[in-house]
Amino acid sequence: MRKYSNTRATLAIATASLKSILRSPSAVIFSLAFPLIFILVFGFIGGGGVKVEVGLGKGSDTTNIVYQELKGVNVVKLLPDLSEETLKKNLEKGSLDAVLTISKNPNGKPPYIVDVKYTKASLEKGNILKAVLNNIFYIVNTKGANAPPPVAELREATVHGREYKTIDFILPGQLGFSLLSTGVFGTAFVFLSLRITLVIKRFFATPVKRASIVIGEAIARITFSLIGALFIILVGHFFFGFTLIHGFVTVINMLILSVIGLIVFMGFGFTVSGIAKNESSVPPIANIITLPQFLLSGTFFSIEAFPKWLQPISRALPLTYLNDAMRKVAFEGAGLFDVTHQLLVLAIWGVIIYTVAVKAFKWE
Amino acid sequence: MEKKPVITVKNLVKNYGDFAAVRDVSFEVYEGEIFGLLGPNGAGKTTTLEIIETLREKTSGEIIVDGFSVDTNADSIKQRIGVQLQAAGYYPNLNLSELIDLFSGLYGITKKPMEMLGKVALTDKAKAKYKQLSGGQKQRFSIATTLINNPRIIFLDEPTTGLDPQARRNLWNLIREIRDAGTTVVITTHYMDEAEVLCDRVAFIDGGKVIGIDTPDNFIDKLVESGFERPKQVKAANLEDVFINMTGKEWRES
Repeated sequence: MRKYSNTRATLAIATASLKSILRSPSAVIFSLAFPLIFILVFGFIGGGGVKVEVGLGKGSDTTNIVYQELKGVNVVKLLPDLSEETLKKNLEKGSLDAVLTISKNPNGKPPYIVDVKYTKASLEKGNILKAVLNNIFYIVNTKGANAPPPVAELREATVHGREYKTIDFILPGQLGFSLLSTGVFGTAFVFLSLRITLVIKRFFATPVKRASIVIGEAIARITFSLIGALFIILVGHFFFGFTLIHGFVTVINMLILSVIGLIVFMGFGFTVSGIAKNESSVPPIANIITLPQFLLSGTFFSIEAFPKWLQPISRALPLTYLNDAMRKVAFEGAGLFDVTHQLLVLAIWGVIIYTVAVKAFKWE
Repeated sequence: MEKKPVITVKNLVKNYGDFAAVRDVSFEVYEGEIFGLLGPNGAGKTTTLEIIETLREKTSGEIIVDGFSVDTNADSIKQRIGVQLQAAGYYPNLNLSELIDLFSGLYGITKKPMEMLGKVALTDKAKAKYKQLSGGQKQRFSIATTLINNPRIIFLDEPTTGLDPQARRNLWNLIREIRDAGTTVVITTHYMDEAEVLCDRVAFIDGGKVIGIDTPDNFIDKLVESGFERPKQVKAANLEDVFINMTGKEWRES
């Protein structure tokens, strides 16, 4: 008789489980749709940057150099064809940040007069416009004929840094949360239902080993999560400009982090499946584990923004460290060896939760 | 016919704390027979079965299945038996064909799903989910999963409970075919008419003890010899015969 293959049994379970997960709507919604919706929402909100909207007064001269220079500044959005009345009304409301009128000077010198009306409703943007105009005047006035020789010359340089976009913060958080929900809810539900419906008992009537069942399920969940993570990263990168510093290498590092995170979170899932008596008691118990991490682990906001007394709690949660490591890897281009501190904390959590899981888990 | 025991149970005892579920059960199952375990609910039938199937630890006693002891060779036994559990479900979201593949993997063998489903007349349901099957189809599918590893013995725990008369007869035929193909069948049931027509031998268990083992015919003859008489004379047919006669004897899928 041929020797019994544990690997084959494990893979049979992994295949079955993966098919089952892909056909279960809740798994797909929680792990993919949910994070993607958040990414979409924040992706669109975060894209804009600052715009100063400036109405152009009636009868403005648009052939002059000041106008041309202003048009070239992309912070300023010029709105030419508004009526006198609309200009006044919108300026008072603050939906226009300023109104600008450029006219030829009938007296000849200087050739143009620029009339600017700011509004108290939008002082900050008014100040930006003020700075922009000063800059333009400096250029225009020094270029003109008969301009006095310059006293000092301004040399500007901007260091080319990376732009930290909203998506760069949001995406790793969403990815972490997706892993947390797949790990906790998915694992808890599947093992509880396999136990209650006696599927596991039926498995035990075959030569399969317990380890094969656990490892097979883990392989399926990890595969599913990796596909999900890859999908989220690629959508984020190509549609919302998510920063991947070292490109492919960064993606691989993020996927490795995903696996580590998922394994830790599955430990919570095993524990919940052991504690829960039936399917309806899974969500409350699982939420006790996932919700605080959803809110406190820097999924949406940096934990630095939290009050001082809350921060130690945030710093105790495993998702905080996964999110942290993800952001360092994705945005700062860190390698896995640069996030050993975060990995160490995750490993400690892993040891703790699996110790609990071994005690709490039930086969029958 | 030479009677060679394929299962030997000697002085089996199973206690759950203070409660003795199985007190002292001994019996033998012969190769190639349909052996029925009969008895009221809570008599210890399922517990006895699950101990033989290596799913449960015994308190004491000796059990040999096809030459292997449950104490030392549970894995060899698992490879030689097929088990249908009372009320067991199957992996969610998979169709029958995929479930057969899964079990083939668990047994470490290669079986064509269609071949297995063909044995229980379910090839047209290959893409259906277990949940979508009728009661009779569910039981037939369960039996298909017990046959995947070409077992020497299969265990069926109340396979006909809840089935309509046609589906029940249909399952009897299937079980006979399995026996005729050389597989020993151990079955539990609450229907005595079923045990009478299906089982080669039956054991009555009550209160955790075996209170009699014999062929159904011998049991009935002995009872009649002892002067037993039914309070009402039996007619040449019963209401079930009427049911079958009126609704047709052919296979039906409900």
